[in-house]
Amino acid sequence: MHWPELAPLWITLRLAATTTVVLLCVGTPLAWWLARTRFRGRVLIEALVALPLVLPPTVLGFYLLIALGPHGPLGALMQALGGPTLAFTFTGLVIGSTLYSLPFAVQPLQRAFEAVGQRPLEAAATLGAGPLDRFLTVAVPQARSGFLSAMTLGFAHTVGEFGVVLMIGGNIPGRTQVLSVAIYDHVEALNYTAAHIWSAALLVFSFLVLAAVYRIDRRLKGALGP
Amino acid sequence: MSGVQATMRLDRPGFRLQGDLETPPTGVTALFGRSGSGKTSLLRCLAGLEPAMTGRVTVGDVCWQDSATGCFLPTHKRALGYVFQDAALFPHLSVADNLAYARRRAGSERPGPRADEVTERLGIAHLLERSPAHLSGGERQRVAVARALLTRPRLLLMDEPLASLDQAGKAEILPYLEQLHTWLAVPVIYVSHALEEVARLADRLVLMEDGRCHAHGPLVEMLARLDLPLSHGEAAGAVVDTVVSEVDEAYAVTYLDSPAGRITLPGHTLAPGQRTRVRIAARDVSLMLAPPGATSVLNRFPARIVELAEDGPAQALVKLDAHGVVLLARITRKSRDQLGLHPDMAVHALVKSVALVG
Repeated sequence: MHWPELAPLWITLRLAATTTVVLLCVGTPLAWWLARTRFRGRVLIEALVALPLVLPPTVLGFYLLIALGPHGPLGALMQALGGPTLAFTFTGLVIGSTLYSLPFAVQPLQRAFEAVGQRPLEAAATLGAGPLDRFLTVAVPQARSGFLSAMTLGFAHTVGEFGVVLMIGGNIPGRTQVLSVAIYDHVEALNYTAAHIWSAALLVFSFLVLAAVYRIDRRLKGALGP
Repeated sequence: MSGVQATMRLDRPGFRLQGDLETPPTGVTALFGRSGSGKTSLLRCLAGLEPAMTGRVTVGDVCWQDSATGCFLPTHKRALGYVFQDAALFPHLSVADNLAYARRRAGSERPGPRADEVTERLGIAHLLERSPAHLSGGERQRVAVARALLTRPRLLLMDEPLASLDQAGKAEILPYLEQLHTWLAVPVIYVSHALEEVARLADRLVLMEDGRCHAHGPLVEMLARLDLPLSHGEAAGAVVDTVVSEVDEAYAVTYLDSPAGRITLPGHTLAPGQRTRVRIAARDVSLMLAPPGATSVLNRFPARIVELAEDGPAQALVKLDAHGVVLLARITRKSRDQLGLHPDMAVHALVKSVALVG
């Protein structure tokens, strides 16, 4: 039996891991703000964050391609700063994946922060904890199931994406070709064995991740008590 | 050295708080009033939890807030302890870690009780390893009080700490709260809508109505003021601070010394020398013009009528002064008129029942 190239697997894992880290850095403050603000335009931001849930990935990918390309605003900015263009690069993939998976990180975090409520934070303030201290020692630990969901869903969703990557990654083997795209190529080339192996691997991986999330989520909620 | 001095104003849709509060440097001040009268809002204003509040809050000689000068200390910089109605323990930390959370952030330059002293006084030393989820309601509140004390507060705020407890839970925690002000050298502000609780714990009382501090004064005086709703209603009565003089084991009664004379109390659980507060319900006091002859009523005091007031269509309230001890008597209007009672008249008060409140 002929084993397929492993490069797409490594690129996929590296992309998912990087995206998860970026998602946490961007999603946590955004979710915190959404959970606590009384700003009326909040719903517009929420809708914007949720857009990737309903938008065809090709639409997002198309706009990103234009924005990141040498004539787009982001691409032009990068070039003006002496950097590389972002389209068809790994960095471009990370930007695309982050936007595409944003709702999967922001929504569980926002729900978790909302569930923490005002009272524990007020209690922490009366005990002498400043704003950052309160966030790190009260909000984050009490919202840990939200962080777990955000990380695993963000990771798994990035592993499973196709359209956005294809549009802005360009399917360059060894650089921007991820598993889902590689499977597509294998099918196109009628190499069903390779397509089978990767498809089965992704199926099992996704199932295990989700099962683990639900299990840990249940256990954390039990541990926090009523 | 002064306690709390505050002038607070808070406007919310449909509600306005306009509270002026002054407390001595020690002792328990009860904020008493119906739900919705603004007690909790006032407490939150003192704590800095209502950013929209305007006015002035000074504790000791430290300014916590002054809208005139723009000074504002955020909650975490105010030297206060706050006990929430629902305890608000951190569910992700053990009892010991909840306490440590407060201790680590307490200003070490402020005086305050030691951790082992606090856990022992509140009877929670055996609970330290537990999770808050596995505590009873009363235990949770005791931990919350301990946690508040470990911040080394200059002001302790308590927001109906007993309201969410059942009778057994209340009975369990009250003795701990009672002894608080015997060793705590900071002012305590205690919000409650339960008169028995206030009668047990407070030294002073502030009556709140519609967002205003309607009246304030020493508890004993406030409970007996006929112009306030506190002296009306079924539960009305006077409290008397006494000292145990003697315990009669043979009859299972305790004798208490008060300025009015000796008070006999059924039961013998107290020790001589102990300070204790008793409550004499207005409905349990009857009046006689002549000194009583042989009667089964043990507690009787010569007294002078201070003031009279109507209490509903059939009843009248009589405020008495028995050698400096204020008593209330609720009698019928008919007997008031038959006896021809009027202020300054000398009478004898017969007290059918005396209840221990603390």
